[in-house]
Amino acid sequence: MSLSKYRPYLVKFQPLIALFVLCVALSLLSDKFMTVDNGWNVMRQISVNICIAVGMTLVVLTSGIDLSVGSVLALCGAITAGLLKNGIEIPAGNLFIGFTVLGAIVAGLLAGSLIGAFNGWTITRFKVPPFVATLAMLTIARGLTLLWTKGFPISVLGDHFGYIGTDWLVGIPVPVWISAIVVIAAVVITGKTPLGRYIYAIGGNENAARLSGININKVKIIVYSLAGALAAVGGLIVTSRLDSAQPNAGTSYELDAIAAVVIGGTSLSGGRGSIWGTVLGAVIIGVLNNGLVLLNVSPFWQQVVKGLVILLAVIIDKANAKNE
Amino acid sequence: MLVAENITKKFSGVTALDNVCLELHAGKVNAILGENGAGKSTLMKILSGVYPDYEGRVILKGSQVNFSNPKEAQLAGIAIIHQELNLVPHLSITENIFLGRELSNNWGMLDGKSMRAKAQELLDRLKLDIDADTLIGDLKVGQQQVVEIAKALLTDCEVIIMDEPTSAISESEVEVLFEIIHSLRRENKAVVYISHKLDELFKIADRYIVLRDGCTVESGDMQGMTHDALIRKMVGRELKVLKKGAKSTESKSLLSVRNISLKHAENAKRLVVKDVSFNINKGEILGIFGLMGAGRTELLETIFGLHDQNSSGHIVLEEKAVQFSSPAQAMQAGIALVPEDRKKDGLVLGLDVKTNISLTTLDHLQNYGWISSAKELQLVKRYIDLLQIKTPSVYQAAKNLSGGNQQKIVLAKCLSNQPKILMLDEPTRGIDINAKNEIYKLILNLAANGLGIIMVSSELPEILAISDRVLVMSEGSITAEFTAAEAAEDKILKAAIPKTL
Repeated sequence: MSLSKYRPYLVKFQPLIALFVLCVALSLLSDKFMTVDNGWNVMRQISVNICIAVGMTLVVLTSGIDLSVGSVLALCGAITAGLLKNGIEIPAGNLFIGFTVLGAIVAGLLAGSLIGAFNGWTITRFKVPPFVATLAMLTIARGLTLLWTKGFPISVLGDHFGYIGTDWLVGIPVPVWISAIVVIAAVVITGKTPLGRYIYAIGGNENAARLSGININKVKIIVYSLAGALAAVGGLIVTSRLDSAQPNAGTSYELDAIAAVVIGGTSLSGGRGSIWGTVLGAVIIGVLNNGLVLLNVSPFWQQVVKGLVILLAVIIDKANAKNE
Repeated sequence: MLVAENITKKFSGVTALDNVCLELHAGKVNAILGENGAGKSTLMKILSGVYPDYEGRVILKGSQVNFSNPKEAQLAGIAIIHQELNLVPHLSITENIFLGRELSNNWGMLDGKSMRAKAQELLDRLKLDIDADTLIGDLKVGQQQVVEIAKALLTDCEVIIMDEPTSAISESEVEVLFEIIHSLRRENKAVVYISHKLDELFKIADRYIVLRDGCTVESGDMQGMTHDALIRKMVGRELKVLKKGAKSTESKSLLSVRNISLKHAENAKRLVVKDVSFNINKGEILGIFGLMGAGRTELLETIFGLHDQNSSGHIVLEEKAVQFSSPAQAMQAGIALVPEDRKKDGLVLGLDVKTNISLTTLDHLQNYGWISSAKELQLVKRYIDLLQIKTPSVYQAAKNLSGGNQQKIVLAKCLSNQPKILMLDEPTRGIDINAKNEIYKLILNLAANGLGIIMVSSELPEILAISDRVLVMSEGSITAEFTAAEAAEDKILKAAIPKTL
């Protein structure tokens, strides 16, 4: 068949083709879809998932998984919001530490990295399976968020902080800038640095990587730290956009991130996949969500459709791997 | 009872069995002998249905059979007891014996009572005085072995294959095993017994079949055979490889290993490597020979820093005491290891040739934290030329290359780190004769340039062909040392065969 000649290209650009078909279909079905406003709307909505999913991709490439990112997002958003609004009071020393916007943001990011590093430490030092270690962190971080916020939202954080989630810079929304920077940094790390090589090598064959003199534990701890830090970035965007840190923010965001990674063609057994694939996966999920809303499909159905798309993506991916 | 005619089996181009013929007689214990890699395991896997594709015919009791999976072979009456125990530790003896062929009652529920009774009956028959409800994990290794046999006896089998059944059990347990084998013989079963321990074979076997390099060499009655005659049959072959010229090695000591011991990972009382000491000079090729399970691989791994927790001993590298707790440290100090199993430990198969080769040296290929493509390609091309790696491009995935080229990639990876000591574990396993010769030449070259080389191999010809000195390991210890001039196949093999019975 003449199609077979183009097969490698079809396989390579499969997600892109899927996205294209999806966009054409949606623009035919709804005249509101193909508008500039809606385009920015979709991009802004997916920027948080892109940040988290990029971190998830790095973890999955090492054949790990990070289920804690949703909770870490909430905790780091809450820490930043809390520090910004209330600072730290130490009654014993009669001490009060106030935080600038920058200080609070740095503290939030640091918290995310440290939680990620802790995940990496338990996984490498005690050989806890990543699924279990990060599942535990999922509830730990959620619990810490509730403790820190006492169960109530921390709101009214000021215009300066609101810039991150709501403002525009050179005609592009700030969250989109942030996610673009995250993506490019991750593309450079995976493609151009020793760290990136090590990530692929560990996921591809951990034994061979160890015998090649790679410090497996160090690489894994770095990767989980990055995933935690990127979850914190997501937390900043969410908190800033709502002008409020919600204690239940980010619930089940890890599933959206994993979905983006999987739809983007990254193998859950590690060693194979790319950041660009994940970005495409996130865009596909975002466009799908947006389209279903525009078409007035019930949110209940949206979940069903999203699940089917994930299933379809993996089935196609398996078929490709078999034909290779 | 069972006849195999002209069996040929190839693995991606490499011939593992070449026109092998085999005849098993009922009521006899048939010993199969051969060095590692002679094709014993492959042949048994064909008989027991693990490998369904092969050329030739297998005839069981007069009719040709072709098993497509182990279960079919089992139903036809061929049972195999593998070298490694295949039992589930958290299940009971009964559950293990009936695993995959549970009895059920009319309601479709498990019939625990009959299974238990049948299991106990089997245990009694094998004189294992233990309750059938005992968990496998609570049994001693020898007892587990008996359960394996019970499992094989559950189906009414005619042919029972035992692959190195005594490798993990104690002397008194061996006696019990032999009694069982004697009674199987009385029941007119054909027993196939594979072992490296010649003394055992003289005690138990009626007939022998010697395999060498994938061919049947000879078969006959055990009666009247001697130790030495059997060893000669196992090794007797001409050398196919180049013999190195006389070469004076520099007498400067490069690496000295003192009293290395390694504890078994699960059983701290057992030593996998026992008190091994040796020296290696600059430019010297030290061959280490041993049969499977002699502790050769573990010795190299221990030196390489892989068993930091369980090992003891001292390593002196260029007159400095060193201690490695990870391969990264060993490599930094100038030691490289080409692992035994290139697919499992040597390569990231899904990544390309370039990435695999440069994996050890990325630190030297950077500009301000970025990998320099130019430097990387230069390095990779240099090693592709040097080792004559045949690949369509540097971007070809490693899994698409032949075994010989894959092995060269692993070598390139190790060499690009500029080691002083190169440790090779079975460097030519599963690769064709041309690639083998290229690798031998390369090893000789490297030694001429002053590298110290430690080569572990279970192929005697290659040990003899390129070593300056030969160490023989058996059961974790060094049992003999020969200079190149003294080394001879029969002497080496004699030292390698375990003495304990």
